[in-house]
Amino acid sequence: MPFAAYVLVFLGLPLYMVVHGSLTTSTGGFTLDNFKSTFTSPEYKAAFENSLVLALWTSIAGAVFGVWLAAAVITARTGGMLRRVVSSASGVFAYFAGLPLAFAFIAALGPLGVATVLLRDSGVNLYAHGFRISSILGVGLAYVYFQVPLMVILITPALEGLRPQWQEAAQSLGATKLAYLRHVAVPVLAPSVIGATLILFGNAFSAYATALALVGSTFAIVPAQIDDAINGNVLVGQANIGLALGVEMIFVIVIVMVGYGLVQRRARRWLQ
Amino acid sequence: MSAGSGGVGMFGADALIGELTPAPSAPTRRRRGRPRLWRVTIFVLSAIFFLGPLLSAFKFSLITANGSYGLSNYSQIVGSSAIRSSLVTSLEIAVIAAVVVVSLMLPTVVWVRLRRPQLTLLLEGVTLLPIVIPPVVVAAGLEELQRNAPSWVVSLVFNHALTGLTPFYVVLAMPFTYRALDTGVRAIDLRTLVDASRSLGASWTVTLTRVILPNVQTAVLGAMFLTIALCLGEVVISSLLLYTTFPVEIIQESLSGTAGISVALSIVTLAFTFLLLFSLSLIAGRRLGPGSSRVL
Repeated sequence: MPFAAYVLVFLGLPLYMVVHGSLTTSTGGFTLDNFKSTFTSPEYKAAFENSLVLALWTSIAGAVFGVWLAAAVITARTGGMLRRVVSSASGVFAYFAGLPLAFAFIAALGPLGVATVLLRDSGVNLYAHGFRISSILGVGLAYVYFQVPLMVILITPALEGLRPQWQEAAQSLGATKLAYLRHVAVPVLAPSVIGATLILFGNAFSAYATALALVGSTFAIVPAQIDDAINGNVLVGQANIGLALGVEMIFVIVIVMVGYGLVQRRARRWLQ
Repeated sequence: MSAGSGGVGMFGADALIGELTPAPSAPTRRRRGRPRLWRVTIFVLSAIFFLGPLLSAFKFSLITANGSYGLSNYSQIVGSSAIRSSLVTSLEIAVIAAVVVVSLMLPTVVWVRLRRPQLTLLLEGVTLLPIVIPPVVVAAGLEELQRNAPSWVVSLVFNHALTGLTPFYVVLAMPFTYRALDTGVRAIDLRTLVDASRSLGASWTVTLTRVILPNVQTAVLGAMFLTIALCLGEVVISSLLLYTTFPVEIIQESLSGTAGISVALSIVTLAFTFLLLFSLSLIAGRRLGPGSSRVL
């Protein structure tokens, strides 16, 4: 079967190289030192911490605003222009726009950005208050820009699965709108929302395009450290530490995906 | 992965494609009341947050070297041979990857649905792998592969962006392609079509290209468009492997001190990708009749 052979060669081989390299010394012997040094070096610890914090707050912010926006958008007519534009734009921003977004944010919030200048002229000097587009906060804002559309894409099917009849049934039994939300809508939607938030977390954790364009390989997050270990540095054996970081990244993502699988099973009970 | 966007964050490709071919569900009519406060609030917030950077980018891209407004950033794009050659490279990669991924996935999807339905779960799982593995890790693996590969492989594969990237972009595109093609194939009466074609004496190749392909052309088009969008946005792998593709060139421009050109290129890329997905939603909507707008 050509498909299986293709995947094995072009995905399996690079993966094998990552795992193999992470367990190998620069002279070719077996070692666990690469992993050990990712745990002992304060530099890599900070990178993991930053990556996790960045993924955590951008996924929660993205989830909150994404659910809110999706709920507002699905009240518009199906097949209408608003729906078409929102769904196409969400697809672009969520999946294909990491790099252009970085430059849009430089144009808006960079030191000479349009929004920066506008705010400064009206008395709010962002950069005097310590804001930097290359900081964790600045990069995170750009991340939220693709996290919200991703949440809209992921959660719209679940929101559409909420049947109007459930609300009518609740109301005819005397429930207030708040009671309907609390006892019906939120419990039904909770697994889907948690699952989608987990995906947002994994997305932000493994994303690198936006950070690469905004800051480059000196940024203290894990993907940038891998970039730096491979390209930025001439130290012997450094590349293999980068591969060990890669294995650890996959490990984190696998945990996230397992969690996703578990809540997804629950989400299917009522929706679809 | 954000795409990864760009970095191509590709989690949830299933949801993206899930909406690509909407199941023919009963049109749920929603009551539309007065514009409510919560709805207006989020629309205003979204407009500021999402349109703000785009409008800023547009204004920024119009500032010329001497500080006045003009189109010089855009005219420099057209005139630059570096940008042109990187764009040609990326387009070549995109088109070849789109063709390869469809010709690889379509027979697989058909074969699994007809002959080996028990493999569906496995196929779903395998096509999910490129989503689970961060692009930066794939790049690290390829870099390691380059360093250890025999020199004939390096000169045959890794010395040029076209041969060095296309095979791997095909893998990255599989999650999108699989979902798109699978939904397309699900929607047609595959067994009847294949039986009819085979009993009239057509070979498998003829059945595939002249019977199945025309019936799932919207799905194939969708798969190709998404693959092209992916290839034009992917920057992590190409940048780490030091290939000058179009997105890498955008970064290079800004490093050489011409941020205006990078911003202008970003706007052009965004507009092009949006048009790609928007036209896809129109095509799918037309094929499926009114009321089925959800393409993404």
